[in-house]
Amino acid sequence: MVNKVNKDEIEKLKKIAKRVRYKIVKMVGLAKSGHPGGSLSATDIIVALYFKIMNYDPKNPYKKDRDRFVLSKGHAAPALYAVLSELGIIEEEELWKLRRLEGKLQGHPSMDTPGVEICTGSLGQGFSASVGMALGCRLDKLNNYIYVLLGDGECQEGIVWEAAMAASHYKLDNLIAFVDRNKLQIDGNTEDVMSLGDLKAKFEAFGWDVFEIDGHNFEEIINTVEKAKSLKNGKPKMIIAYTVKGKGVSFMEHNVGFHGKAPNEEQLKKALEELSE
Amino acid sequence: MVKLTGIYKGMRKGYGETLIELGKKYENVVVLDADLSGSTQTAMFAKEFPERFFNAGVAEQNMIGMAAGLATTGKIVFASSFSMFASGRAWEIIRNLVAYPKLNVKVVATHAGITVGEDGASHQMCEDIAIMRVIPNMVVIAPTDYYHTKNVIRTIAEYKGPVYVRMPRRDTEIIYENEEEATFEIGKGKILNDGDDLTIIATGEEVPEALRAAIILKENGISAEIVEMATIKPIDEKIIEKSKDFIVTVEDHSIIGGLGGAVAEVIASKGLNKKLLRIGINDVFGRSGKADELLKYYGLDGESIAKKIIEIY
Repeated sequence: MVNKVNKDEIEKLKKIAKRVRYKIVKMVGLAKSGHPGGSLSATDIIVALYFKIMNYDPKNPYKKDRDRFVLSKGHAAPALYAVLSELGIIEEEELWKLRRLEGKLQGHPSMDTPGVEICTGSLGQGFSASVGMALGCRLDKLNNYIYVLLGDGECQEGIVWEAAMAASHYKLDNLIAFVDRNKLQIDGNTEDVMSLGDLKAKFEAFGWDVFEIDGHNFEEIINTVEKAKSLKNGKPKMIIAYTVKGKGVSFMEHNVGFHGKAPNEEQLKKALEELSE
Repeated sequence: MVKLTGIYKGMRKGYGETLIELGKKYENVVVLDADLSGSTQTAMFAKEFPERFFNAGVAEQNMIGMAAGLATTGKIVFASSFSMFASGRAWEIIRNLVAYPKLNVKVVATHAGITVGEDGASHQMCEDIAIMRVIPNMVVIAPTDYYHTKNVIRTIAEYKGPVYVRMPRRDTEIIYENEEEATFEIGKGKILNDGDDLTIIATGEEVPEALRAAIILKENGISAEIVEMATIKPIDEKIIEKSKDFIVTVEDHSIIGGLGGAVAEVIASKGLNKKLLRIGINDVFGRSGKADELLKYYGLDGESIAKKIIEIY
């Protein structure tokens, strides 16, 4: 591995991730609607990106040469909002008004929210837009990276494969994508609903460099991105991150029921206890 | 003044030529196409500025997604395909990725309307004005002729935000003497011919047909005012309010949801005491044929328009 991450840093990231998970569950619990399962599975990847990997100045979130993060699986918005609040871009108070008329934070990310790079929520579209961002940044001769996170169920959308084809056609090695491979979608197991099969082979066939990692292991996430960045071979990079839906809350883990359902009061209390520092 | 010149020239040619002009003027103009660059004429730009042209292949949804992404990096983005695919196939991406965040993407579609001709119903897009018009933040424009197209394209390049432009496949009749005469302002209709008895409001390639109809009407003792309504959204409400009490809308588009629909909405919501006749495609799918034959078949040529008006007037 290229870059050994020290233990203190990992511990720091773990702490942030725990706070982010706490916020996710509280946010969704207070909103009484939303998608906790896929927010929790994606948390460690998003935390690693913003707090270790990306060249991103929270005090100047629209700096031209910033690294960009696109949450293509827009229903994991609570994870993004929680991270943006940790960075001080979103006020924490706003989190508790998620999905409410009096609040600013929409159920799915909107560009009206500072720090959100593109509107997502309709699946596959963020991935497609990230290809355009990578093209635009390259045209401007920036040396930045575009990071994009897809859900695994999202990979059933046709536009994902249109975009995958375009990214490799245009040799976008400034594009680094993740699939949050938690293997569950609303209707059940991805392989029962519409099998994704060998996702690695599929993306490789589309001309991508593909890596497979444990999406909850910070060291692996960070080192794999480093490796992906070091391969300046004109191929876009795909990191298939094996994750656990509902990660961090015992009764939400591997539970498809919490894809798009908020915890009730009792569940919320229990979940917050588990996630308390 | 405008007049029928008998000279026919493609609006899409005007589009292609103007893109080159814009490419020279602005470094941040980029153009996308979906494997139809020869037809939409974006190929002209591709040849001149290959590094700023992106072919999406036969993938209109991703073309619009890429367009949105490029716009977030500060580009003025033109994305083109046939209107069926640019507006229809990519509708939801236009709504969610372009219009919702008000990104600077111009979807410029060619091959709109029944006059696509021989390709038949699958390619005859007579619903694009309707489906683009309902999207918030979207501006919808149908230029009048070759010269007018050039000014439309220049104007929308200066305008910051999403725009949909529709143009026909065929060469259409030039009615303006030159580019200077073919003025255009977003949201402003234009009276082309004065008249006393009724107002014909036409859009796009139907404007010359409306002028042709006006000549026939005059021979029959009916004096028609002609309004060019190049912007269908935002529609020029004032010019509708000032129109004669009998309004005829003419468009190569469904009578539902297009220009006729938009004018009907203004009449209803303003409580205007005006009679309205909508001439367009009457809620049917088209069929193969030559453009001229189809115009007659569907009653969209000047003669048919005049005949229909005389019947009702």
